[in-house]
Amino acid sequence: MAAETQKKEILLPNERKMSFKERWHYTWHEMKRNKVCYAMLFPFMIFFIVFTVIPVCMSLPIGFTDFDMAHFPPKFVGFQNFYTMFLEDDVFIGSIRTTLIFAIFTGPLSYAMSFMLAWLINELHPVLKTIFTLIFYAPSMAGNIYFVWQLIFSGDSYGYLNALLNELGITTAAIQWLTDANYVLICVIIVQLWVSMGAGFLAMRAGFQGIDKSMYEAGAIEGISNRWQELIYITIPSMGPQLMFAAVMQIVSSFTVDMVGRSLAGFPSTDYKAHTIMTHAFDYGWIRYEMGYSSAICFVLFLAMLVCNNIISKILGKYMN
Amino acid sequence: MAKKEMKPSQIKAQMEAENAAALEALRKRREKEHRKMERSKGSNKQVGKSWKDDIGIFIVLTLLGSFMLLPIYIAIVTSLKPVNEIFIMPPRLYAMDPTTDNFKDLFIVANNSWVPFSRNVFNSIFVTVVATVLHVVFACMAAFILAKCRFPGAKFINKVVVVSLLFTSQVTYIMQYMVMAKLGMINTYSALILPLIASSMGLYLMIQSIGQIPDAMIEAAKVDGAGLMRICWGIVMPNSKPALMTIIIFQFQAAWNSNGGSLVYDEALKTIPTVVQQIAAAGIARQGAIAASAVVLMIPPLAIFIAAQSNVMETMAHAGMKD
Repeated sequence: MAAETQKKEILLPNERKMSFKERWHYTWHEMKRNKVCYAMLFPFMIFFIVFTVIPVCMSLPIGFTDFDMAHFPPKFVGFQNFYTMFLEDDVFIGSIRTTLIFAIFTGPLSYAMSFMLAWLINELHPVLKTIFTLIFYAPSMAGNIYFVWQLIFSGDSYGYLNALLNELGITTAAIQWLTDANYVLICVIIVQLWVSMGAGFLAMRAGFQGIDKSMYEAGAIEGISNRWQELIYITIPSMGPQLMFAAVMQIVSSFTVDMVGRSLAGFPSTDYKAHTIMTHAFDYGWIRYEMGYSSAICFVLFLAMLVCNNIISKILGKYMN
Repeated sequence: MAKKEMKPSQIKAQMEAENAAALEALRKRREKEHRKMERSKGSNKQVGKSWKDDIGIFIVLTLLGSFMLLPIYIAIVTSLKPVNEIFIMPPRLYAMDPTTDNFKDLFIVANNSWVPFSRNVFNSIFVTVVATVLHVVFACMAAFILAKCRFPGAKFINKVVVVSLLFTSQVTYIMQYMVMAKLGMINTYSALILPLIASSMGLYLMIQSIGQIPDAMIEAAKVDGAGLMRICWGIVMPNSKPALMTIIIFQFQAAWNSNGGSLVYDEALKTIPTVVQQIAAAGIARQGAIAASAVVLMIPPLAIFIAAQSNVMETMAHAGMKD
């Protein structure tokens, strides 16, 4: 009898057709068996649910309402917000274009740069490694240091860039870097690139540091003869998880460019040149208090990021395996 | 006399303690020797390395690095300039007559506000330390479980973590505020600390890195009778040190720079970034003071960064694991 029950227990997970009750029973059994897992997950999950999951779940339905934070309950308007967004709001359509320009220029470029720099730094002496990692990560550590870029790009001849160009005799008059519609975008892209060596870069550095050194020795025996081969056959395949993390971070940071543009080019910027989707959401959420519309914008942005993330993880996943 | 008449259990305990101390000393010495050996081997065990390449890399990195450092350099120079030099035309890349007036001004103004500045300093340190320690401990445990254990719901939670990374926006911030208001947390320390603990970025990085640790290592520990807690802190964490140090840096920095301006309104609860922002916003040409505050605020994250980075012993990774 005892043997029979034991046998049944072992067989259960492999059995194709389980009744609902049996499946539930099995799940419950598994949950009880793994109760230590749940106990160790609990402390983080309780905070995660209260401060991340619940707010996200609350903000999704708000996108379908007209909500100004003062009148409760929010008025349900169906797809009205999305209809307005795509068919009537010209500024939003313009902001899609700006966001895409930002995403295309800063996303892949700074991802590739993070990787290249992390790799180059890894080739150096340990002390130099720490120093260079610090140098490239410093901009993300500096917090609100945008005011320096304002000094550099300042439109009068107090600006460092204008002063330099004048001194060299390249220009004779000061250029309005941050208010001239021709230059705003390029200035903001430069600053965004400057600030973008953040989480992804540091994660890649950690990835390089975590690679098993004996892999390289084995590679040398197998006939790998230069740094490029080492990079392609050993380094990249063993850094998959970090590359994935950096990709997610890069998607988020390049799709949600906002602060840099607002603090440099002003708000609103000339001709809405630096007006991204996130800036648009900020405009409606924090200035006009139209939370419903703002949530709807964020939801659209979220969907775009989700699609992008799925595509990239498919590509990376295929490459890694 | 009393000493000699110790109970057998006491003698046993004493012997055990002595044994443990001896073992600990031995372990430390071995570790030291191991490190020394690794260091003497040098970093040049990879193939195809020449010093010419290294110099080329060094030059490229120096050029790019100076572009990265230029704005920070300008901030430091600006913070050292006296007022009359800030408005010199054309602007100079150095201070002719460096002073510490801007820093002094900053502290004088800070001390003249409602509460003594030391209180704000305490707040900042308290919030940062508690938020960092709790986040790192909780996230490490959760990441180990999510990366290495199979239990009902594991896949779903992993998906939720990735999706939540994509959903960081101002809208969630307002909802977060509403949740906190419902819980009665507004204007308390918990409003500053608890949301920081829930950051999913560190968790995701830890999950990704722990995933690289060979399963065989964990299975071996299980066979030896170690519990999950023991495996997590004794085996998995020492083996993912680079990632661990990285999330400490992330979290410390996020907590230190977090501006809980709208979450607390009591002056006695405000942190340094909030106070500094108030000072900078107070008008008059405070360019120098803004630069000084940026420089001062950068110092603690910098110290943590250097401490964490130099702590990463690269030889630690998967040491003793061959499969």
